[in-house]
Amino acid sequence: MRRLTATERHPVRFTLNGKPAEGTAHPRMLLSDFLRGVQGATGTHVGCEHGVCGACTVRIDGAMARSCLTFAVQIEGAEIDTVEALAPAPARLSVLQDAFRKHHALQCGFCTPGILMSLDTLLATESQADAERIRDVLSGHLCRCTGYQPIVAAALDAAQTLREETDNA
Amino acid sequence: MPKDGLHQTMLRVEDAPLLTGRGQFFDDLPTPHGTVHAAILRSPHAHAKITDISTDAARRLAGVHAVLTGEDYASVASPLMVGVKLPIECWPIAQNKVRYVGEPVAVVLADDRYIAEDAVDLIDVSYDTLAPVIDPLKALADDAPVLHDEMGSNLGADRYFSYGDPDGAFAEADHVVEISVRYPRNSCTPIETYGVLTRWDPHTRSYDVLSNFQGPFSIHPVIARALNVPGNRLRLRTPEDSGGSFGIKQGVFPYIALLSACARLTDRPVKWVEDRLEHLTASVSATNRAITLRAAVTAKGRVTALDYDQVEDVGAYLRAPEPATLYRMHGNLCGAYDIANLRVRNRIVMTNKTPTGLNRGFGGPQIYFALERLMQRIAVELGLDPVNVARDNLISSGAFPYRTASGATYDSGDYQNAFDTALKDGRYDALCQKRDAARAQGRLYGIGLTVAVEPSVSNMGYLSTALTPAERAKAGQKNGAQSCATIAIDPVGSITVQIDSVPQGQGHKTVAASIVAERFGLEPGAITVVAAMDTGKDAWSIAAGNYSSRFAAASAGAVRIAAGRLRERIAAIAASQLDARPEDIEFGNGKVFIASNPEAALAFARVASTGHWAPGTLPEGIAAPMRETAIWTAPELTAPTEEDGINSSLCHAFIFDFCGVEIDPVTHEARVDHYVTMHDCGTILHEGMVEGQIRGAFAQAVGAALYEEYAYDDDGAFLAGTLADYPVPTVHEIPDLTILHTCTPSPLTPLGAKGVGEGNCMSTPVCIANAVADALAPASGNVDVTLPLSPARIASYLPDEPAPPEGIAQPRPGPGKGLSGQGEAHVGAAPQEIWDLLMDADQLAAIIPGAHGVKRLSPTHFLADVTLGVGPVKGRYRVQVGLSDLDAPNNATLTGKAGGALGTGEGSGRVTLTPDGSGGTVIGYSYDAAVGGKVASVGGRLLDGAAKIVIGQFFAALGRRAGDAPQPDGIIARMCGWIGGRR
Repeated sequence: MRRLTATERHPVRFTLNGKPAEGTAHPRMLLSDFLRGVQGATGTHVGCEHGVCGACTVRIDGAMARSCLTFAVQIEGAEIDTVEALAPAPARLSVLQDAFRKHHALQCGFCTPGILMSLDTLLATESQADAERIRDVLSGHLCRCTGYQPIVAAALDAAQTLREETDNA
Repeated sequence: MPKDGLHQTMLRVEDAPLLTGRGQFFDDLPTPHGTVHAAILRSPHAHAKITDISTDAARRLAGVHAVLTGEDYASVASPLMVGVKLPIECWPIAQNKVRYVGEPVAVVLADDRYIAEDAVDLIDVSYDTLAPVIDPLKALADDAPVLHDEMGSNLGADRYFSYGDPDGAFAEADHVVEISVRYPRNSCTPIETYGVLTRWDPHTRSYDVLSNFQGPFSIHPVIARALNVPGNRLRLRTPEDSGGSFGIKQGVFPYIALLSACARLTDRPVKWVEDRLEHLTASVSATNRAITLRAAVTAKGRVTALDYDQVEDVGAYLRAPEPATLYRMHGNLCGAYDIANLRVRNRIVMTNKTPTGLNRGFGGPQIYFALERLMQRIAVELGLDPVNVARDNLISSGAFPYRTASGATYDSGDYQNAFDTALKDGRYDALCQKRDAARAQGRLYGIGLTVAVEPSVSNMGYLSTALTPAERAKAGQKNGAQSCATIAIDPVGSITVQIDSVPQGQGHKTVAASIVAERFGLEPGAITVVAAMDTGKDAWSIAAGNYSSRFAAASAGAVRIAAGRLRERIAAIAASQLDARPEDIEFGNGKVFIASNPEAALAFARVASTGHWAPGTLPEGIAAPMRETAIWTAPELTAPTEEDGINSSLCHAFIFDFCGVEIDPVTHEARVDHYVTMHDCGTILHEGMVEGQIRGAFAQAVGAALYEEYAYDDDGAFLAGTLADYPVPTVHEIPDLTILHTCTPSPLTPLGAKGVGEGNCMSTPVCIANAVADALAPASGNVDVTLPLSPARIASYLPDEPAPPEGIAQPRPGPGKGLSGQGEAHVGAAPQEIWDLLMDADQLAAIIPGAHGVKRLSPTHFLADVTLGVGPVKGRYRVQVGLSDLDAPNNATLTGKAGGALGTGEGSGRVTLTPDGSGGTVIGYSYDAAVGGKVASVGGRLLDGAAKIVIGQFFAALGRRAGDAPQPDGIIARMCGWIGGRR
């Protein structure tokens, strides 16, 4: 592990949504602040800064992580995926995003990026995920608008679609 | 019922940007060059005089631009206006005195937030603490500590109302049934917190503010007055997106005033984003309320009169628009029931808690908790079926429009039909059978009911009911609720709509696009709707904003009116070009055509843009259809009458809920097994959004019923400073929900719609409470249940709670962070040696855990700087230790007082030194302590353990100093083991 000086900014080189990225950060800078403030990737939101609400969830080397509980300097060399990377093209939505829209699985949309990152990771790794498993993963997120039921419905619908796509491929 | 062929199921236009990370929330927007970032130092005390604020060290920190206090604010700005006449000053930052935990004391402006927070920790504030008062009824006592000396007491207002003949009804009643309830503090806590970006222009002497404020814009004049500028020198803008509000983001306005003053004082743009601890501690809260409600009841269960005695706790200041929570429901105090006689006493009281404000349901949860608990109690006491008691008292189907005792006009409804339909379609009979079967097995299963009227579109005049008729006459009449919408047609005939409703996710843009598209025969996707508000250029009134479920009933109506006016003008232009009559013109598929001859068609864009390109060709008397602003208020929203009658809202939806709840026999957790909610919200404009509102409100209400409370300890310490301590429900906590609808359109709104956004926040908490009370009844009889119905609270209602095992202390009920304990340690040195160590500052420095140095101020007073960690909070404290009741070398009393950026502590302990007979000493100790500030808010659950660890460390060190290995008792030895001895 690198030894870092508290009072200096340190270079951080990593991959952001498939593209090489870099910036500098003091050792205490949170990854959420680094992504939003330094990298300009404002899709990741900050809701509590103590790891409960899940709005800031991103993917670090393929695994879900709270960017508010991660220091920017920890991601040196890592692959980071954020909500900005989920859509297949600028004017399109992913299967999961489209299902969210169809099922009214978002209202204000502030918690949504974190939820999408978790469910996208789940569906990518567990194609057979059922309602119980989806609820299990979703329980790491707080949503104040929807009452959660439409989110579960959207995730189930997306899982079904993704399985059919795989079967037909 | 669909109306106007609206696109009831269309996908939301809001969603694609939000799903792809392209939202435009407050903190996503760019900041001007030179912006400085604010962090706020807040009071750790509930009630204290500020004797000194030392900011030198904070100012000297590199990157800090300014450290500002209440005195600085007062040099350029004024207190916030108060809605009723009171001799108090409501400042957005403390002036010499703090009155609640979390009250702003100083603001640091720095290059970034990290530096600003560092500097906050360097500010040294000295306080003289005062006795606080937390309970609203205790605050009314003659000997209660007084928050505002100017008032002489904590009673803010005391008003009596009488409608009909309540005295006669109570005199004639067969039964009088009474219930006393407490409604707790809670909040719908949006996931996005407050944000303010503000600039001052010294040349025009004007402020330009961007904030995720939600309205009502009646607050705009309050801010402008506080900043000593006319309204046109306060430009208040909102971002396009807002991450939830539920009323809460009304409460950002004191920070708009505070930070704008900071921007003026430093001549820099100032930005502040509230953090979650700040939000939970000090943003805003629903009011807590104590209500005693009595009913005059006939032998058959018919209620003939109600008598409310309400004590509303607004916290430390009466902050605009309070006391609105108390008066929002004033026309609806008899709920959905036909009760002609009503007596009300409304008192407002101030306590050492965060000031209150808007929160979804706004007054409804408090009223219905009392009223519907009472209706259940009536059924129990008279031995009647609660279904029959509710149904027999409902306003009858033929009675609409119905005027309530206190002056509201219920616009439409068929309550019996909705009630009966819900019983049938929601399978109430099956639920009763399930309960009976469960009870036969000895299980704790209960059923609860609620009927409620959900008011929407608040009359901006209702708050003046808080004033006496004489005061109202003097202050001038207030009434109405203006909604504004502007539709603009550009030179290529495409359409932009500006709405005044400041949505936070409700989908207003989609509905507005649908309404306009339908009027013009266009695709909704072709319409652009702008939700970001700008008081500098958009149409708005005091009623603008997102509250009282006003969009569907009012703002959407204004959109339709504006579209209708433009449609008429475009039809006239088309008629002149097609040589037809305007009434024969129709719109569809992007064309304007003659109904009887669709071939004779013009492109909509061409006709609609005529005003830009060829105004000379417009038919005589037809204004160019380029921009239309509709401003609409309902004439029914009249001012309070001489007799205090008030039509407090325009529309009144109906709700009937019932549910089955089972209490786990082991954990005492209440589990909602079956929940049915019936709504009549008039015309539904978008099915998915209506369902979303109901499900969202329901989920928040389940949180309020079972989990959430802004809890305070008796000393005013705030105990819910994290989302672990304020447990917002996750998906696992939200039960299934059956939603049913009937429809009686409102005759008073342009689209027949009524509000639907708040109803379940009003109906669901008490419905669950009634079910829990019913479940408890066989074992416990009548129980006055209080929310939230946590397992610990339910256990306290059950009769046969098993005694704890021998030697295990009964845990303190409810939340709390007062610490007490006692114990013994054995040290192999004589009492005199121990005594000498305790009296020696240098020795104490080595013994007190985490001490950096101990100064002896007098033979019996010491001062120490100590670093301590409690759970996630590690901080530096200045500790004053005093010794008294000295009886050398046998016993002494130690009193300690600690303070630091992270919180405060105060306590005392008694130490006794007893020779053990073999040269050693048995040290006995007992202590009582209390802590406050951040450490209490976020570390409360960990404090007991932390205290024991620190005490263990102390005696271990004492033993080592005395030249002997320590032999403390078992638990302390284990804890010392856990923490590895000294650190």
